[in-house]
Amino acid sequence: MITAREEKLNYLTADYGVKSWLLTVDHKRIALLYLATITLFFFLGGAFAVLIRLELLTPAGDLVQSQTYNKLFTMHGVIMVFFFLIPAVPAVLGNFLVPLMIGARDLAFPRLNLASWYIFVIGGTLSILAAILGGVDTGWTFYTPYSSTYSNTYVMITAVGIFITGFASILTGLNFIVTIHRMRAPGLTWFRMPLFIWANYAASLIMVLGTPVVAVTILLVGVERAFGLCIFNPNCGGDPVLFQHLFWFYSHPAVYIMILPTMGVISELVAACTRKQIFGYKLVAMASVAIAVLGFLVWGHHLFVSGQSVYAGLVFSFLSYAVGIPSAVKVFNWTATLYKGANTYQTPMLYAFGFIGLFTIGGLTGLMLAATGLDVHVHDTYFVVAHFHYIMVGGAIMGYLGGMHFWWPKMTGRMYPELPAKLSALVIFVGFNLTFFPQFLLGYLGMPRRYHAYPEEFQVLNVMSTAGASVLAFGYALPMFYFVWSLRYGQRVGNNPWGAKGLEWLTSSPPPTHNFDVTPIVTEPAYAYAAEEGAEIVHT
Amino acid sequence: MSTPSAEHPGHPAALLHHFDTAEQQKDASTLGMWLFLITEIMFFGGMFTAYVAGRFRFHEAFKEASNTLDVTLGAINTTVLICSSLTMALAVHAAQVGKKKQIVWFLLATILLGCTFLGVKVVEYHDKFVHHHVPGLHFHFPGPNARNAEMFFSIYFGMTGLHALHMVVGVGLLAVLAVRAGKGWFTPDYYTPVEMTGLYWHFVDIVWIFLFPLLYLLGAHFAITGH
Amino acid sequence: MSNHIVSTRIYFAVFAALIVFTWVTVAVARIDLGLYFNTVAALAIAVTKALLVVLYFMHVRYSTKLTKFVVAGGFLWLVIMIGLVMADYYTRAWIG
Repeated sequence: MITAREEKLNYLTADYGVKSWLLTVDHKRIALLYLATITLFFFLGGAFAVLIRLELLTPAGDLVQSQTYNKLFTMHGVIMVFFFLIPAVPAVLGNFLVPLMIGARDLAFPRLNLASWYIFVIGGTLSILAAILGGVDTGWTFYTPYSSTYSNTYVMITAVGIFITGFASILTGLNFIVTIHRMRAPGLTWFRMPLFIWANYAASLIMVLGTPVVAVTILLVGVERAFGLCIFNPNCGGDPVLFQHLFWFYSHPAVYIMILPTMGVISELVAACTRKQIFGYKLVAMASVAIAVLGFLVWGHHLFVSGQSVYAGLVFSFLSYAVGIPSAVKVFNWTATLYKGANTYQTPMLYAFGFIGLFTIGGLTGLMLAATGLDVHVHDTYFVVAHFHYIMVGGAIMGYLGGMHFWWPKMTGRMYPELPAKLSALVIFVGFNLTFFPQFLLGYLGMPRRYHAYPEEFQVLNVMSTAGASVLAFGYALPMFYFVWSLRYGQRVGNNPWGAKGLEWLTSSPPPTHNFDVTPIVTEPAYAYAAEEGAEIVHT
Repeated sequence: MSTPSAEHPGHPAALLHHFDTAEQQKDASTLGMWLFLITEIMFFGGMFTAYVAGRFRFHEAFKEASNTLDVTLGAINTTVLICSSLTMALAVHAAQVGKKKQIVWFLLATILLGCTFLGVKVVEYHDKFVHHHVPGLHFHFPGPNARNAEMFFSIYFGMTGLHALHMVVGVGLLAVLAVRAGKGWFTPDYYTPVEMTGLYWHFVDIVWIFLFPLLYLLGAHFAITGH
Repeated sequence: MSNHIVSTRIYFAVFAALIVFTWVTVAVARIDLGLYFNTVAALAIAVTKALLVVLYFMHVRYSTKLTKFVVAGGFLWLVIMIGLVMADYYTRAWIG
């Protein structure tokens, strides 16, 4: 029996050799390719963060020159945003799980999927090349006219890298939308789909509708820089604020590309760990779509002090408040699901708890920033830095790691060790808060972002932040070790180690190349835990 | 696009392993293509936004600059593109009804018309170089609105250049299709690539349908009436 | 998407309409209708032409609801982008 199970080929053992990986069209292998690539980028971006925090340990600008510091925070932002956070959940967990969760044999366009990874690698390589050659100092936002006219750093190479990478994102989103529309298993109606699928669908809408705009915006900056065209250049009447409009039309929704799929992960974790149907399933599903749609209407809150019309500011402020509604719906519904659930506290759930708490703080401070009156005061201070790190790191990365732990046994067929995993969740949570909560205070006290030196009265909070960053770095390093360790020594698991609902748990761990030996037929809603337990009672 | 896989040259209509039915496969291709066109709308959309903002702020300069463009050449090119859209639609139709020779001829006609468009565009661009209407160091425009006119020409070159680039890609795709159609790949059961390329080609036509009045005609009545 | 075959007569009729509209738009542009109406007329004609191409040449009229939805959504998003950006430019002068 055991040997028979071991002999069964899965997607990892179906073929061997570098070529079989580099030319694979299997969505699961492509997910692992993405995993390896973005992990590399994560630690690269993290290295820049370490240098930033070290410089800020003392008030004087003693570790690096201001010019170097500008490059450090720019490269940190560029790599973390475009090469880690945006692909993190969709391209790794989404790629792996979307076909499995809807009972399909692959994504609709497997070769496009592979192409997207190559495009991503080419774009990433160019950006690293720019860093090696000497870096870029415009900030990840590439504001004109500094980026298009004045900066003497490697703006062009970085811009081309990001332009190219955008298409990887577009192809992933396009692939997901088509797959979710056309390839669901028999019986899997829209309102039976797991919330992870809904969330990825919503994020894919943003990738398809938003990414092209940032691509063309970067293209315009590129031609302005290279050929002297006049689009944003104030010398011929161009408007730098137009650049900000076009840039944030994508880059604000891009935050939802990071957070929406993560919210999908949290929904899965909460359902599995409470053994309950998600409270208000339909509302949570529709909230994902609502966030995607409303998320497109709020970008102007980045321009409150840029010279945008105050009337437009009012509208954008109001709409930014509106996007808080579906976000809050999700938080309330997760907590309502926890109520009287058969709650368990394994690692994924700890990460989910971390997500809910930190995302709430990040979201509420976001509402504060959406108020024009307050934003005028804390704009471009550490308050903003702390706010978006609570969303992107406290939210997106917590959820991503929670998902990685939850589906790790499905991906590899082996369980991670529970004790160090719990430790990592705890260390990350503590380290994160220690790093970023002081930054709220710093910002509120008036410390501006993007400077390498600061007045002495800010030192205590900055030392706390740097201390927290080292705890955080330790927390992030832990999973690297025990995940790799578990590949060889982890306990082997069966199809469904969590006893969770969902089509991905029906197939073997790791799944065979074509996912399912028999196409599953869906007869019940997502997370039908109560139904199953009820049935058991009848049988006994 | 789920074009026939290179692994099955003899069976272009082969069903890829992960689809259940040919219909599902075709539906997926159609939806995928339309989503791609949506990304194209947004891609051009960024430039359209720049155009609208520029025109709103510098109406006079845009008008003056627009009046230096050759409306006749623009109109001819519009007609050429509309003709090419017709031949493209007829190529898809020929594929649908299984007239294999006709597919090739209509595709070749579309390529020819596309190249004609690009040829006219080269003439126009050359004209801009001669008159120093290309943004940059050698830009020259009479009157007080020169700098703002430079913005018009920047947008003009950006938009028409991007459009022309799409035309070049389209001509390339059509050439591949024409070769495959010549080999008899496409049947009434399997003509998805022809249809998808058709959608792309029509989309490029639509972009021009907007570019023509926005760039060439916005101040035409001033050129005539003189005020 | 259905395999609806559009009759070539419709293609030729649409083609004729597109050519006619092209000449109409050139002719209208040469008449001074005032600042706004020249633009409105040019855009109305362009939208009509685009609709003809989308509905008939691109078969959207005969396509599934989903395709129609996707097409409409794409144009709607373009309108959102241009609309909200212009909302800024349009109201900037309201406060000195």
